[in-house]
Amino acid sequence: MADLTEAFHTALRLIATFDPRLIGIVLLSLKVSLTAVVIASMLGFALGGALAVYRFPGRGALSATLSALMGLPPVVAGLFVYLLLSNTGPLGVLQLLYTPTAMIIAQVVIVTPIVGALTRQACEDLLEEYDEQLRSLGASSSAIIRTLLWDGRYRLITAVLAGFGRAIAEVGAVMIVGGNIDHVTRTMTTAIALETSKGNIAFALALGIVLLVIAFAVNAALMGVRRFANRLAYA
Amino acid sequence: MLDPTIPPGGLSVLLDGAALLPLELRGLTYEAGEKRVIDRLDLTIENRGITVIMGPNGAGKSVLLRLMHGLIAPTRGEILWAGKPLDRELARRQAMVFQKPVLLRRSAAANIWHALGLRGIERGERGIRVDGALRLAGLERHAAMPARVLSGGEQQRLCLARALSLEPEILFLDEPTASLDPASTLAIEGLLIDAQRRGIKIIVVTHDVGQARRLAQDVVFLHHGRVIEHQPAKEFFRGPESEAARAFLTGGLVL
Repeated sequence: MADLTEAFHTALRLIATFDPRLIGIVLLSLKVSLTAVVIASMLGFALGGALAVYRFPGRGALSATLSALMGLPPVVAGLFVYLLLSNTGPLGVLQLLYTPTAMIIAQVVIVTPIVGALTRQACEDLLEEYDEQLRSLGASSSAIIRTLLWDGRYRLITAVLAGFGRAIAEVGAVMIVGGNIDHVTRTMTTAIALETSKGNIAFALALGIVLLVIAFAVNAALMGVRRFANRLAYA
Repeated sequence: MLDPTIPPGGLSVLLDGAALLPLELRGLTYEAGEKRVIDRLDLTIENRGITVIMGPNGAGKSVLLRLMHGLIAPTRGEILWAGKPLDRELARRQAMVFQKPVLLRRSAAANIWHALGLRGIERGERGIRVDGALRLAGLERHAAMPARVLSGGEQQRLCLARALSLEPEILFLDEPTASLDPASTLAIEGLLIDAQRRGIKIIVVTHDVGQARRLAQDVVFLHHGRVIEHQPAKEFFRGPESEAARAFLTGGLVL
């Protein structure tokens, strides 16, 4: 118990003094996950908007697949991207394995279905309400998608936050395609796993606290956005 | 609050709704699954006044309006505007106001701005028309407010102002005052009468007999998806020819 208290104090000191090693890992994690979320959001918005508006054969199957992929286990996503990027894989020539780029790709694979499926749902709900009015105004399909994405903006923000929460907390995918290389591909989650197994509880705990704070912040932001949208009747 | 006799600035353009007339419906049939909602309907509308479509619930009034506006396609039959079927270009000269106000999750002004953008109105002109439409609806002080927190009457006025800002030649309204209080209803009716004077051809569905009396130049009475009567309003209200319309006007139940 005394060990744990000491470890906790050390952890707080590491955070309070901006321990360079700790900060390096936190910043890399944020860089990877934020980049992945930005890319996944662009893809997810386009995909979700298109699935809500365009009618084409296989649309239902594609929507169902996208929703199912929301629950894609990160290790499986990691394995998939690993096979893609490994030397014998189709993208092996790019030599991306064990780089931050590989981790970004893996997280894009994880987050895109989340943002995409939530976007599709938001847009479909709005379209039910707007369809006749927008067609009466002579809106083209692409204009309808743009209208729905903008009017669904608060729900899309919550989708993006949900995606970010998932990306920053996942360990399986970044471990497989990043390799947990010190100063190169070591993220908060992979570092926690490693430091814990090495017995360096204080450092793992410090990262755990940072991760927890980020998770709380994301949740607070989610609630704040919902409340704000409700007040304007924009939800 | 609203005085329809004052010409509204920005929306004072005179329009020629008659250019698209006559509207001819020939053998129009619309089936939804097994049910025939519109049944081999023939109708010609050629006057410039306000045409009111009346009838009991389920008579096919809303469906008929949507067919005319091109929101749904008929199962059989044809719809001709001045001899031509509805195409994209003709559709751009029409607008519609729905029973339940459909407003985007944006400010009142942004709702009108958006609609004008969809019609390809350039930005400078858009600003002028937004201001004019808000003034027309008596909503200039609510311009920046989220449209969906406005009262029911204000929302429907905004919807009508948005439709009028497009400067349509034909304006459809589907029970625009069905859930509004008398003051809001009066405001909407004032705007309609004013719009009609400026040359907009108005076709409105209502089952409010009082409203029909106040607005109609001619009345189309619909029952079971067919036109039972189409008469000048004066004659229709003096003595409808059909039993169904008589029962409807006296508040009896129409089966």
